[in-house]
Amino acid sequence: MTFEQTLEQHKLALVRSATTTLQVNVGRLCNLACRHCHLEAGPHRDELMDAETVEEVIACAERLDFATIDITGGAPELLPHLPRLISGLRPHTPRLLIRTNLTALAGNKSEQLINLYRDNKLTIVASLPSINSAQTEAQRGNGVWESAIATLKLLNEAGFGVEGSGLKLDIAANPSGAFLPASQAETEQRFRRELERRYGISFSSLFSFVNVPLGRFHRWLESSGNLPDYLKNLKTRFNPCSVQGLMCRSTLSVDWQGYLYDCDFNQAVGLHHSGTAHHISQLQQLPQPGVRIPTQDHCFACTAGAGFTCTGSIDA
Amino acid sequence: METYYNPADLNRFPEIGKDAPQLAAKFFDYYGAVFAEGALSEREKALIALAVAHAVQCPYCIDAYTRSCLEKGSNLEEMTEAVHVTNAIRGGASLVHGMQMRNIAEKISM
Ligand code: SF4
Ligand code: SF4
Repeated sequence: MTFEQTLEQHKLALVRSATTTLQVNVGRLCNLACRHCHLEAGPHRDELMDAETVEEVIACAERLDFATIDITGGAPELLPHLPRLISGLRPHTPRLLIRTNLTALAGNKSEQLINLYRDNKLTIVASLPSINSAQTEAQRGNGVWESAIATLKLLNEAGFGVEGSGLKLDIAANPSGAFLPASQAETEQRFRRELERRYGISFSSLFSFVNVPLGRFHRWLESSGNLPDYLKNLKTRFNPCSVQGLMCRSTLSVDWQGYLYDCDFNQAVGLHHSGTAHHISQLQQLPQPGVRIPTQDHCFACTAGAGFTCTGSIDA
Repeated sequence: METYYNPADLNRFPEIGKDAPQLAAKFFDYYGAVFAEGALSEREKALIALAVAHAVQCPYCIDAYTRSCLEKGSNLEEMTEAVHVTNAIRGGASLVHGMQMRNIAEKISM
């Protein structure tokens, strides 16, 4: 049964609610090439948002109200116009997030970038799949663990994730294989205990994400012989209650060229917002509640189980 | 190749309820309650189950609880340590019976 048929069977439809979040994907260039990456980002990719599109995104944030703007990639650190994007967006939203794989924040630009994030009071969402170095590196590559831990320490030193500083550092964890994540509350507790005990690292909150069977992760599932069981597992764990809280209902996602989608996963497969290609420069008002969201079977990753934060969603 | 153990049978476990449904219902209710969060977390219970699965050398249970441990957030380091606990207890249990051997041998020896 397809995702659409499953919704129908439960007398549900996936439609937009009030739009509160703009997610800005600056491109596919990344210093890593993680095995679970739905966008197949990597060092060999050259898709990056140009200066004109950066200005169009800023202009959109100025004319429309977004409670949250979330900058993602690829690795946003590799975008040459990142300082302009941040300073341009900052006055137009109360909450500006930036995602990082932590390793792209290491190196000679580290101090400059961390100061930029601190001065603009960004909330940092850092990917750290596991508190186990082998699991982390199996997914993200050799050497990632040490670099990620060193960057977390630098971020703590700058005040991110330290209580009372007003600077948030959230962690995004995801399973390192063809299985679903543990309960978010328990994972947060374990990460907090272990990162503090082993490295003296603190953070604000943790979010668990389900790996979405697209892009490089789909290929890995296929080549490792895990695809049928993984898809079956996602379908079996369809939870009708999760549909109401799906992040695509309240998010607009814009790609490096300025085109609009309902989420980053639909962006990966070219499923445009409202079914046709709309450019952010043309967006004069927020989408009306009730507009249908195009789906495919990868959507089962967002509705599997209970207690997960919807994939990709970072709620306040 | 035909073998006595077929991985697909794991998912057919509920069929054990055919011909004795009430007993199966009681067992599965109890089973579910045992693995629910209690004084021990679900993750800790899955690690214990993994260790016991190795002690009883049940391939179905090893399959099921390897997956369950990973899904509950354990990693291979922890799971391998759990299997060493099995091994230590199994080995220790054999070895400690050496005391019986010694007691008997000492009794009947000059
Ligand atoms: S998952 Fe993130 S860090 Fe990894 S390759 Fe994709 S964009 Fe880069
Ligand atoms: S992938 Fe998830 S977030 Fe995206 S449209 Fe499907 S259900 Fe919504």
